[in-house]
Amino acid sequence: MKSKQITRLSQNVLLLLIGIIFTLPAIWMLLASFDPQASQAIKIPAHASIVNYLDILTNKPIMRGFFMSFVIAGGQTAIVMVVSLMAAYPLSRFNLKRAQTITFSLLFLTAIPMTAVMVPVYQLFILMGLVDSVFGTILFMTTIGLPYGIWMSKNFFDTVSIDLEEAAWIDGASNFQALRLVVFPLMKPGIFTVIIYTFVRSWGNFFIPFVLLQTANKLPAAVKIYRFFGDRGEVFFGPLCAYSVLYMMPAVLLYSFAQNYMSKGFSMEGAAKG
Amino acid sequence: MRANENITRTSMGFEAQRNKNKNLRAAVLFSPAILLIALFYAQPMVLAVFFSFTNRAMTGINARIVQFVGFANFVKAFQDPKFVKAVYNTLVFLFFSGILGQQVFGFFIAMLMKKKNPWLRRAVGMTVIAGWITPEIVCAFIFAAFFARSGTLNTIIGSVNIPAVSWLFTFPMVSVIIANIWKGTAYSMLMFQAALDGISEDILEAALIDGAGPLHTLRYIIIPMIKTTFSITFVNVTLGTLGSFVLIYALTGGGPSGATTTLAVFMYEKAFVAYQVGYGMAIALILLAIGALFSFLYVRSMKESSTSIGQPKQVLL
Repeated sequence: MKSKQITRLSQNVLLLLIGIIFTLPAIWMLLASFDPQASQAIKIPAHASIVNYLDILTNKPIMRGFFMSFVIAGGQTAIVMVVSLMAAYPLSRFNLKRAQTITFSLLFLTAIPMTAVMVPVYQLFILMGLVDSVFGTILFMTTIGLPYGIWMSKNFFDTVSIDLEEAAWIDGASNFQALRLVVFPLMKPGIFTVIIYTFVRSWGNFFIPFVLLQTANKLPAAVKIYRFFGDRGEVFFGPLCAYSVLYMMPAVLLYSFAQNYMSKGFSMEGAAKG
Repeated sequence: MRANENITRTSMGFEAQRNKNKNLRAAVLFSPAILLIALFYAQPMVLAVFFSFTNRAMTGINARIVQFVGFANFVKAFQDPKFVKAVYNTLVFLFFSGILGQQVFGFFIAMLMKKKNPWLRRAVGMTVIAGWITPEIVCAFIFAAFFARSGTLNTIIGSVNIPAVSWLFTFPMVSVIIANIWKGTAYSMLMFQAALDGISEDILEAALIDGAGPLHTLRYIIIPMIKTTFSITFVNVTLGTLGSFVLIYALTGGGPSGATTTLAVFMYEKAFVAYQVGYGMAIALILLAIGALFSFLYVRSMKESSTSIGQPKQVLL
């Protein structure tokens, strides 16, 4: 009995240690963001202040990065959602002969590493004259979000019983009304899952805008941060940390807000890995 | 009027209403998705195959006159010591950060968390997940500071009188591996937590009564029962690690002198820095082929675990 308690205690200590080690790098960022004299080493700010945040929030080119992130991630998410729902409906409801083949092909596509596609995509953008086009970038990002979006939407359509839709038809609803008034409200968790997942991934994406966009005022926050510290030279760690914390906020908020929605979709997500 | 309509509708039968012109309606509903996928997914693939057999370049004479060179780009790759080094680096990075790090370590944490105080479980889980939801570029930046000469790590080891090390120059591969473990372990941990929660207590108790030790239980009961979770995380972690670019590129730039140049970084350098598009495409195609193979395995393991597809599962904490 005694040895059991020791095992348990040592396991708890080990867990706690893992937790502490995992927090260290991020805690540095959080502390440094409030420290006007931030350095690369972790330390409690001598005079904590929000001056770093004010620095960032009043810097027009930097705020422009956030705006572009919103435009790109928001645009991509909106189109992914609409196109996914359209494509998922027949997959779920029409008894198509090849429905299974299509859904598994989509699952296959969710897993393809996007990094490898960027070289050919850049060439395509040159041929189509789309390099440095925000709209082109959004359309491309939409496309790579579609396999996951359609796959998830189909699964969530499947969870809404077909009888409910038919009951709405009996009551005189049109196909679209039945969807809008009966099916979509029941699919809310699914729709939220796709929206949040697509938005967060788009928000965090660095490589695609890094390759496809060039003009400074079109670059989203992810690329701006890279320029900020990638130029090396003299780095102001405080403002950079404040920038990073602000940049992470939407992702963190959406994740915590949506934990219970996300969990429903988690077990079947495909390209969960960045 | 409405009543009449309803009668016709019901007499037509729902099956009929549903299936009326179904192929046409399906085609219309599919069309935006198909158009986008054809334009931005299929086309680049065709281009990749096409250009990888040419000498296309972005500058110089080959930029104007594109010639077919057969398998020259692929032959060049396998004869290029830098390519071979990149393959080796990719395997090292994959094994230590992906398989040993994210997957085995993730499993280890999930096992440790079993039947622990929910508060501790939640707190530790959140610290691990923090890395996962941190955007890759921020991860890179955090670790650039963490490993810096005057960074957190050197401060800590300095407090026990170990001299400071330029981690990113002296141990570049170890550094990017640690950063990637921090970034990705949460995924495996969450998957294993969910799988372990799915094993019924009765089975474990029965094993205990039969005299099985903890290692036996692990080897003969727990691991076989969550086999599919192992294959799914294995494939996903592999795909994620193969595609990992930003973390390495922003931390070390693939250096020093190619020490952390993985296939993804090598491809980027050839195509976007050296402007050897044909060569870069050939490398991209090799990466894609490996990716496609693992994606195929992924689909297969998902089919096997079809019970979990579409089944809501409480995974996040």
